[in-house]
Amino acid sequence: MVVTLQHYLAVAAILFTIGVFGIFVNRKNVIIILMSIELILLAVNINFVAFSSYLNEVSGQVMAMFVLTVAAAEAAVGLAILVTFFRNRGDIAVDDASVMKG
Amino acid sequence: MLLQGLAFYLLAATAVIGALLVVTARNPVHSVLWLILAFFSSAGLFVLLGAEFLAMLLVVVYVGAVAVLFLFVVMMLDVDFVRLREGFARYLPLAIIIAGVLLAEMIMISLVVVSGGAAADATGPVAATSEMSNVEAIGRVLYTDYVYFFQAAGIVLLIAMIGAIVLTLRHKPHVKRQDVVRQVGRDAKTAMEVKSVPTGAGVTPEDLV
Repeated sequence: MVVTLQHYLAVAAILFTIGVFGIFVNRKNVIIILMSIELILLAVNINFVAFSSYLNEVSGQVMAMFVLTVAAAEAAVGLAILVTFFRNRGDIAVDDASVMKG
Repeated sequence: MLLQGLAFYLLAATAVIGALLVVTARNPVHSVLWLILAFFSSAGLFVLLGAEFLAMLLVVVYVGAVAVLFLFVVMMLDVDFVRLREGFARYLPLAIIIAGVLLAEMIMISLVVVSGGAAADATGPVAATSEMSNVEAIGRVLYTDYVYFFQAAGIVLLIAMIGAIVLTLRHKPHVKRQDVVRQVGRDAKTAMEVKSVPTGAGVTPEDLV
């Protein structure tokens, strides 16, 4: 049962896919969409750390730290937008939010 | 090696199951709790890889801050979550197809990368040596080669903090607030008014306004 780099990459790929899957099936619930984005960023982090560890190069872990920073900032701003959106509309169904005709 | 393999499969399975339950749970509060489980198991995977500092960072930042923030928002907003699940069954086939294609592609690419690509000469996971711990190794790189990126990350966090405060700060009307400039700028002339009252007439409350 030797754990190789391939194993970690497979776990990261599965987590990434689950994140994308979550965005597709929960199109109305913006809280779950934000959590799915967190899962995707976690998968990216696992890739970074796995490569960093198996190639004996520590800068991958530094990159993972920056990804973590951006993920935390994104979660904070995303949830703040969500709270403002809820105050204005009394609901968080994002498929109704078509004011900007995007 | 056997123990390491067992730990890997246990943690990986927990992370994947937790992630699946995040996106399929009916109640968003349960979703947040499964998210915490997924992050915890991923922190365990980081420890297996010899990245102890990042593992602890994951627990502190995600479980301690982000997941609690999610929990706060989910519990604060009074939302009809049943209505938000309406499209679940409709989008399920499309989502499964796209996710399957994406997974197959990524597994194939990682196979190629490991067998003949950039990571072909990968050795085993590097544990911390006795002369330099994981934290020291990160610090030596982070504060020299990546020092500007480090500063930029701080600015990103500052801007995110200001943005979150500006977005959620709300001034309610009809609530008295302290106005320091007015308070300090008051003097005897603006603060009070002397009314001359005729002797014997008295004052009614309407006169005083």
